[in-house]
Amino acid sequence: MLSAIAVMALGALVLGAALGYASIRFKVEGDPLVDKIDACLPQTQCGQCGFAGCHPYAEAIAKGEADINQCPPGGEEGIRRLADLLGREFKPLSADHGVEKPKAVALIDEQTCIGCTLCIQACPVDAIVGAAKQMHTVVESLCTGCELCLPPCPVECISMEPIAEDIATWKWKYPVTAIRPAAATPLHPSPAQAA
Amino acid sequence: MGIFSFKGGVKPASHKAESTALPIGEAPLAARYVVPLHQSIGGTPRPCVAVGDAVLRGQRIGEADGWISAAVHAPTSGTVVAIEDAPMPHPSGLPALAVVIEADGCDAWIERQPADPAALGPDGVRAYLQQSGVVGLGGAVFPSHAKLSAGKAGALDELVINGAECEPYITCDDLLMRERAEGIVAGTALFRDLLKPKRVLIGIEDNKPEAIAAMQAAVAKAGEDFAVVAVPTRYPTGGAKELIRVLTGKEVPAAQRSTDQGVQCFNVATAYTAWRAVAFGEPVTSRLVTVTGNVGSARNWDVRIGTPIAEVMALAAPNPDTDGVVMGGPMMGVMLPDTAAPVVKATNCLIAHSPALFPPKPAEMPCIRCGECARACPHQLQPFELYWWSRAKNFGKAQEYALFDCIECGCCNFVCPSHIPLVSYFRFAKSEIWAREKEKAAAEAAKTRFEFKQLRDEREKAEKAERLAKAAARQAEKTAPAATASERPAPAAPGADVTTSATVAAPSPAADGNGDAEAAKKAAIAAALERARAQRASAVPRNTDGLSPARQAEIAAIDARRESATPATAPTPVASAAPAPVPADATTDEEAAKKAAIAAAMARARAQRAAAKPRNTDNLTPAQQAAVAAIDQRRESTGLASPAGATGTAAAPLSTDPHAAPASSPPAADADRTSTP
Amino acid sequence: MIDQPAPYLLKPASVTRVMAQVLLALVPGIAAYVWWFGPAILVQLAIASATALAAEAAMLGLRGKPVGPALADLSALVTAWLLALTLPPIVPWWLTVVAVLFAIVVAKHLYGGLGQNPFNPAMVGFAVVIVSYPALVSQWPGISGPDAFAAQLDAILGHRAGLDALTGATPLDHLKTALKLAEGNGSVAAVLADAGIYGPLGGRGWEWVGLGYLAGGLFLVARRIMTWHVPAAYLGAMAVLAGALWLFDGASFASPLFHLFSGGTLLGAFFIATDPVSGSTTPRGKLLFAAGAATLAYLIRVFGGYPDGVAFGVLLMNLCVPLIDMYTQPPIFGAKAMAELGRKEGR
Repeated sequence: MLSAIAVMALGALVLGAALGYASIRFKVEGDPLVDKIDACLPQTQCGQCGFAGCHPYAEAIAKGEADINQCPPGGEEGIRRLADLLGREFKPLSADHGVEKPKAVALIDEQTCIGCTLCIQACPVDAIVGAAKQMHTVVESLCTGCELCLPPCPVECISMEPIAEDIATWKWKYPVTAIRPAAATPLHPSPAQAA
Repeated sequence: MGIFSFKGGVKPASHKAESTALPIGEAPLAARYVVPLHQSIGGTPRPCVAVGDAVLRGQRIGEADGWISAAVHAPTSGTVVAIEDAPMPHPSGLPALAVVIEADGCDAWIERQPADPAALGPDGVRAYLQQSGVVGLGGAVFPSHAKLSAGKAGALDELVINGAECEPYITCDDLLMRERAEGIVAGTALFRDLLKPKRVLIGIEDNKPEAIAAMQAAVAKAGEDFAVVAVPTRYPTGGAKELIRVLTGKEVPAAQRSTDQGVQCFNVATAYTAWRAVAFGEPVTSRLVTVTGNVGSARNWDVRIGTPIAEVMALAAPNPDTDGVVMGGPMMGVMLPDTAAPVVKATNCLIAHSPALFPPKPAEMPCIRCGECARACPHQLQPFELYWWSRAKNFGKAQEYALFDCIECGCCNFVCPSHIPLVSYFRFAKSEIWAREKEKAAAEAAKTRFEFKQLRDEREKAEKAERLAKAAARQAEKTAPAATASERPAPAAPGADVTTSATVAAPSPAADGNGDAEAAKKAAIAAALERARAQRASAVPRNTDGLSPARQAEIAAIDARRESATPATAPTPVASAAPAPVPADATTDEEAAKKAAIAAAMARARAQRAAAKPRNTDNLTPAQQAAVAAIDQRRESTGLASPAGATGTAAAPLSTDPHAAPASSPPAADADRTSTP
Repeated sequence: MIDQPAPYLLKPASVTRVMAQVLLALVPGIAAYVWWFGPAILVQLAIASATALAAEAAMLGLRGKPVGPALADLSALVTAWLLALTLPPIVPWWLTVVAVLFAIVVAKHLYGGLGQNPFNPAMVGFAVVIVSYPALVSQWPGISGPDAFAAQLDAILGHRAGLDALTGATPLDHLKTALKLAEGNGSVAAVLADAGIYGPLGGRGWEWVGLGYLAGGLFLVARRIMTWHVPAAYLGAMAVLAGALWLFDGASFASPLFHLFSGGTLLGAFFIATDPVSGSTTPRGKLLFAAGAATLAYLIRVFGGYPDGVAFGVLLMNLCVPLIDMYTQPPIFGAKAMAELGRKEGR
């Protein structure tokens, strides 16, 4: 009886020591949670979540101050990714923070632009080039579609243009499994049908 | 000559005899050609003709954009009637930019000048081939000139000329070899001279004895030491990597170029067109197209690039039960959503599809992991695993199982007893992964830029605070006597912003509110504004700092595009009586007033710009200056920044709408005065 | 315009064809079975088939899947036949029904249906009944011939009174028991010479059934329905292991030939371990999987408490399949060049 207890105790001690040593020796310096959350966010820096950019929102999520469904540009997929990362339940996008829209870029109407530079200052990613009293223009590839340039424009010359699909950005669709061969849905719906 | 083999592959019924009975036919001229600008891998060529231009056959209509890009040429003589988005032979059915040429029926060539490779030198020949639009005609349409330099591994061991043509139904290379073998051999010699390989191997599947004989005869006649090798018939031997494996025993992995292993591979038709370009000065304006399938007379046609596919199909008299056209072979081809799309350089075969010829696929069954697909895969992948992960959209796992080593040859799909559209799943997974990677890169770039902007804002704030502190100190010194006269601090200047805070910081002498003090205060504000302006002028525009050349090029490209989008006929500035631009919907007074205000603001802006040289465009890089100049030029052309505007005349009316009441839109110069508070 | 993607050509292959050929390949073995042990097995096959099809249809209906094409794939029939062939032919009918129901409902459909089951359904069904009703499942008929049909049918219908006249130990069982009874004094040779239930290859009658399975299996390999890997590794491992122990102690251990032609070895090698869904899929993985299954089968049948170990061997190896597959991925096209590249960069 006693010897059995002693053996068990000794075993516990040895294993405990081994585990303790391993936890120190092989300590994994993981990515801090905030960075991982930040990596799931779309980096539009639009502030629709109520924070001053994606990183502050990530910090707030990590601290538990914000929910995971406040990012309209990230959309449903972004929420799913966050839910996966944080082991939480998926929830639909909070309506208070906006709706998921198709990706768009800002377009400045060159005839109307007065060159006030307000949009340049508002742009979080420096995607607008131009100078005071010169026409401004949006560098399309840098624009994240955050819409932050819309409110400051005094002449309302900025509009959001949805990014149209072209041959270079076109994607093969998920194969439609026709269990019954009849269902003849077009594989590539025309824009009119899709709209 | 050792023949190697590759694992996997399938042997579908070849159906080649249908289209080899007749010799190559010359397709009749079409009335209208639609020549897509983007016909090869790489950059999209820029159109170098304008609507209304007369063009000759072989005249360049699209300028290569970058090194990996090849020029595009007019397929016949005629008139450019449009440069617009047109339907493409692409599974998406999406349009792309094309030059539309109305043929004049003369089919007159440009002046054809044969080139002398010796005089041009290797680089010259490469540039010449790029200018001639020579691209890989096996289907991949990679610009050939870019493949004609030795790789990292140094000198080439083997040059492989691909005449395997393994896919069922397609016979255009077969017929080309039968009828134009000498041209192919001459083109091969041209490539040989550029690449200087140790040996040249011409691989032809052994189901084409006539082509093998013709090629052997042509090689002997030319006195070359090229080896014409009959390779066993098995799909996909015609894949470059498979043929290289069969002829040399070398396996080129997906992550490598074949030149890394000392091999380069060209299609026979590519060699032929290269020779035509060099020896006859004929750019690529046509190609052989096999028209077969559910048709009355299958045949190979020499078709001009840009011919509508429907017209080419009509040559073969499709049977009435034809329900679609497949471009390419039955294993890798795509069903065309629109037969109005033109023949392009990648169009090697057009197959009339019918349910009788290609029975509808049975319903998809669950995968039973039988492994048939893995045995058929020429790249020894595990398609059922790839399918599993692709279907579950677990793309990371799919990549672990080497998704991007898949060449989409369709062998796995062909043998699958469960009729699973495996290739479709792989294409889906690949394009999703590409899209996600693009998205991720964009997010990463946005994040970097955002962080940089924040950093800069903070730095600027700190610098400004420092300057203001200094200015305040100076001001304090100057106004010290006045300050002693009055103990009360100055009220904050109404609407004072950061730029005028220097004034606020300075104790105001206007304490007792008399007229002189008021004037002094105004002067101080004016001084502060002037200072701010001077500072702004001396400051370099910051958000164009440190742009990469690619970005600058992009900015330039945007400008170029905008320029091209600007109406060619610029409205000329007219006298001051012309009304300011008023859109048609300016119906309410309020809106009209707003528009007027905008017009006024614009006019003001113009006047100021005219008066002062733009300050914040100093220190721009030459590219940026060019871009700014282009913007200015365009504005001028649209009448926005015309010299006349600067002196008080308004731009030409942008709207001829009668509702544009002159009352609500006075001449811009007047507006400048009246609407300024 | 039709909306089908490439390839437009398909090989005329289908799951139904695959399964039908497997069923066809079982016919020689079944014929030998009937010849030596009476037609009871045909009754069992019928019971099992009917149960399997009904269960499959019911499960597909419950899962909201189209019933027609899935029933037509014949996979349920293959499971039913294999299960019936592993059970003694004179078990009561309800036992067959229970085994088949468990195989189809639990082992197949609860895991997601065809292609999703991690365990061989037939073997799961067999394992369930041999654990639950060990006595019933160890009652095998002796050599009887077609004339014993009435008595066998009686047994199947549940009248187990005249059972003793029917049953006889299987050769494997008999050998094990005889050696145990002799308490180390007997020898395999003596036992085999002694009884009238052994033939020149293995058990009398059983060797012919085994030869039937062998013929069917070779037909499948020739038709490229399966690769040679699994049967070769299975039989090879069985022969090597049995051979080693036989050479070590010929008195206590039977010859490899005996083991190959007794019990379920040949059925297991060609029809059970070759199940693609629950087995390993890579060439090297197949070799490992089959060798493991054969080793376990041998160990269980010689040292374990069950008369044969084919089912448990396969089930235990099914557990290891994901691991085996992960570590036996074949090198892809160009792997050699990539490895060289890696070495160069490593340097």
